Amino acid sequence: MTVGLFIPCYIDQFYPNAAIATLNLLSKLGITVKYPVNQTCCGQPMANSGFEHLTQGCNDLFIDNFDEFDYIVSPSGSCVLHIKDHLHSATAEDKALGIRKKVYELTEFLTDVLKVEKLEARFPHKVGMHQSCHGQRGLMLAQMTELVDKPYSKPLQLLKMVEGLELVELSRADECCGFGGTFCVAEEAVSVKMGKDRIADHINHGAEYITASDMSCLMHMEGILRRQNSEVKVLHIAEILNAE
Amino acid sequence: MSTERKDHAALSDIFNKDEARVDWHDETLWFVRAKRDKAAHNIPEWENLRETASQIKNNVLSDLHNYLVEFETHATNNGVTVHWAADAAEHNQIVHSILQKHKVDRLIKSKSMLTEECHLNEYLHKNGIDVIDTDLGERIVQLAKEPPSHIVLPCIHKKKEEIGELFHEHLGTPEGMADPQFLTAAAREHLRETFLTRRAAITGVNFAVAETGEFVVCTNEGNADMGAHLADVHIACMGIEKIIPKRKNLGVFLRLLTRSATGQPITTYSSHFKKPRPGQEMHIVLVDNGRTTQLSRPDFRNSLKCIRCAACMNTCPVYRRSGGHSYHTAVAGPIGSILAPNLDMREYADLPFASTLCGSCSNVCPVKINIHEQLYKWRQVIVKEGYADPKKKLAMKAMEFTLSSPFVYKNAGKAGRWFMKYAPFTVNNKLNLWYQQREMPAVPKESFGEWYKKNKKND
Amino acid sequence: MSGTKKIKRMTSREQILAKVLANQPNAQPLPADLSTAFPAANPLEAFATVLTNIGGNFVEVKDFNAIKDYISTHFAGQRIVSTLSELAELSEQGWENQDPHTYANVELAVINAHFGVAENAAVWITEDLMHQRAVPFICQQLAIVLSKNEIVQTMHDAYLKIGSAEYGFGSFIAGPSKTADIEQSLVLGAHGPKGMTIFVID
Repeated sequence: MTVGLFIPCYIDQFYPNAAIATLNLLSKLGITVKYPVNQTCCGQPMANSGFEHLTQGCNDLFIDNFDEFDYIVSPSGSCVLHIKDHLHSATAEDKALGIRKKVYELTEFLTDVLKVEKLEARFPHKVGMHQSCHGQRGLMLAQMTELVDKPYSKPLQLLKMVEGLELVELSRADECCGFGGTFCVAEEAVSVKMGKDRIADHINHGAEYITASDMSCLMHMEGILRRQNSEVKVLHIAEILNAE
Repeated sequence: MSTERKDHAALSDIFNKDEARVDWHDETLWFVRAKRDKAAHNIPEWENLRETASQIKNNVLSDLHNYLVEFETHATNNGVTVHWAADAAEHNQIVHSILQKHKVDRLIKSKSMLTEECHLNEYLHKNGIDVIDTDLGERIVQLAKEPPSHIVLPCIHKKKEEIGELFHEHLGTPEGMADPQFLTAAAREHLRETFLTRRAAITGVNFAVAETGEFVVCTNEGNADMGAHLADVHIACMGIEKIIPKRKNLGVFLRLLTRSATGQPITTYSSHFKKPRPGQEMHIVLVDNGRTTQLSRPDFRNSLKCIRCAACMNTCPVYRRSGGHSYHTAVAGPIGSILAPNLDMREYADLPFASTLCGSCSNVCPVKINIHEQLYKWRQVIVKEGYADPKKKLAMKAMEFTLSSPFVYKNAGKAGRWFMKYAPFTVNNKLNLWYQQREMPAVPKESFGEWYKKNKKND
Repeated sequence: MSGTKKIKRMTSREQILAKVLANQPNAQPLPADLSTAFPAANPLEAFATVLTNIGGNFVEVKDFNAIKDYISTHFAGQRIVSTLSELAELSEQGWENQDPHTYANVELAVINAHFGVAENAAVWITEDLMHQRAVPFICQQLAIVLSKNEIVQTMHDAYLKIGSAEYGFGSFIAGPSKTADIEQSLVLGAHGPKGMTIFVID
């Protein structure tokens, strides 16, 4: 199988380690991963701001870069959800449809496609799992507390394979962190308050690390943690699953 | 003094100045969400119930014309007078004319968000008619001269000490008395007198049954009943979307409504009004006020399925931390944000953006309105119709330019990182909204793209 | 003014209905009716538990003598009205057919209910059982006499039982009136009765 690595723009620019960990993790699992060097962004920041009509350039670029692969994998729930829901093309709609069917967020790729049962990973720390909303409610990566249905969680399934890792329980298992794209600056007061509350939940339950399948959530929480001079660190789940 | 209307972001900013209060407001509403969860999890078939309610409401919207006519026919045969109001102004005029006919200059009203939407109290007051809201929460905000902040819990934003002060001023309770039991008892006394003396009562309508012409009013307090059964005139006001097809459908909706709203299995009273009391006049006012327009919008018509439970408000992390008044509309929160732009797109252009699109609202909605998807779609409409902030438009065009070209993207990224590293003051300053309360991300020594080129390109 | 053509303007009713007809989406069918999916093993017990949780008073009795004893003990000297002939000796003589406003100081009203619902402890009462509509709301305390065998499981069963019955007014009443409007503190006794007792009789 050929796998194209789709790296969100802000991970590319600010958190390359999450991308490197993703690449290394997939390689360890025997997958040959290729990173199309001319990728930029999925277009979500514009679309979520009401400017979906400006995303055609991004869309076409995405299609050009990723059409050739059997699977497209990305360490980002929200970007994958965006592509799944909104990738269209005026000139190559059949390719767009094809891509929407074969794009996966990292953890669901591991559990559903590769059907990973064990990982050679070790991370002996207390970790709080932040359920990024788009991955959870959009991609169904984990059960949602609002619904009356059987519990499951693909990210947690994988974290449980990591030696020494201690998962902390939270008061509010799946409340939004407040990043929300341009919301983080357009509604700065509420965004930060939401972030502070999320962090407090993790800290109150003893987390040393906060992890998630979305770096955007973590970037937002990290900004607040560092402003608070907190010892708590954020780490993308790929880095934990790849930790030795 | 600035007359510029503040939008949700500005109002939320003010709300967030008192962090302890925000915590209190947030925790109080989360508690209601938690009660809802407990009640829902007690019903193993909950999700099936939601799906059924959703499908019933889908059917209603698809056959609304016939259901409305059917309802009117039966209600009229039952001895009820049915009125039709195209908009808020007409609704107010109709209510007024009924009151005038009966020479009523004072009346009581139980909870009706529809009358709130139409600003009925204000209109009647201007015309010399006194309205007392009898729902305790509504009476409290009425005394405070504020609109309700929540459609089910009108004064959830008020602390008991503040309510105590209001009651001290208006009801003569002892200064400093803030015990909810005492205050409620005082309200009971105060309002009992109005129930016994006022000759006209206005109620809302939770559900109107097309099959029989009856309508149901749900309360915990019994104020709708105390009003209606003692008054000579009962006026029930409803939006045209409150219709349900058959009496038996109430089984589904009454199981869902209160569990979703407060976590109770049912409200204390679910009163079915079919015929006027002998000697009494009963009126129903059917109101459009933009609903037929919303019905014409394929992407947004499902918002008309709403049964006004407010579960979406209780779960919304933004609503809990900004308060209903930040939405500057009668029905606030997630559902309000997809209803209001239909009424006035310019006035409410900010509301669909008052969200992170987390999707929790859609999951708690008992009738499965896809609220978060409609929020996204409203954003596209609002921008297309030209109500977006021009600064945002500029920023988006710049983003489009940067992100559709790998060359521009890579160099912009590099440049941005350079400034962050070597001239942080250009970024870490008051103009940078991110930086107000958050550190910027640390600058890595290279982007992933650059690392890949160096280390993996030749693999 | 004669000879002037009257311009036919649509009434609001016509306008609204025309817009609805033009804008409503394509027909969607009604879903299948629901029935009780998970019946309680002991509906009476379930009813009693919920009633207690919502602030009501569950009193199981063998016969009307027990009810009379209970009322005499708990409501001695109070103004009591009842629609039940079995309780005529406790009820105020000639209370019926007065202006409902005069019931404002009734301490206890005792009436029948058609049936109860286990899942929410509500009882269904139509106006023919109330004597006047205001009665179950205006009294300070409400008592209901309910047959042990008339308890259904859920609201689906309730509406099956009601069927197409004719009534001018009916209400599901679940426990005493209440409010939590002040900081989510539950207070029993808002505008309706402050307390509710259900006598469940064989």
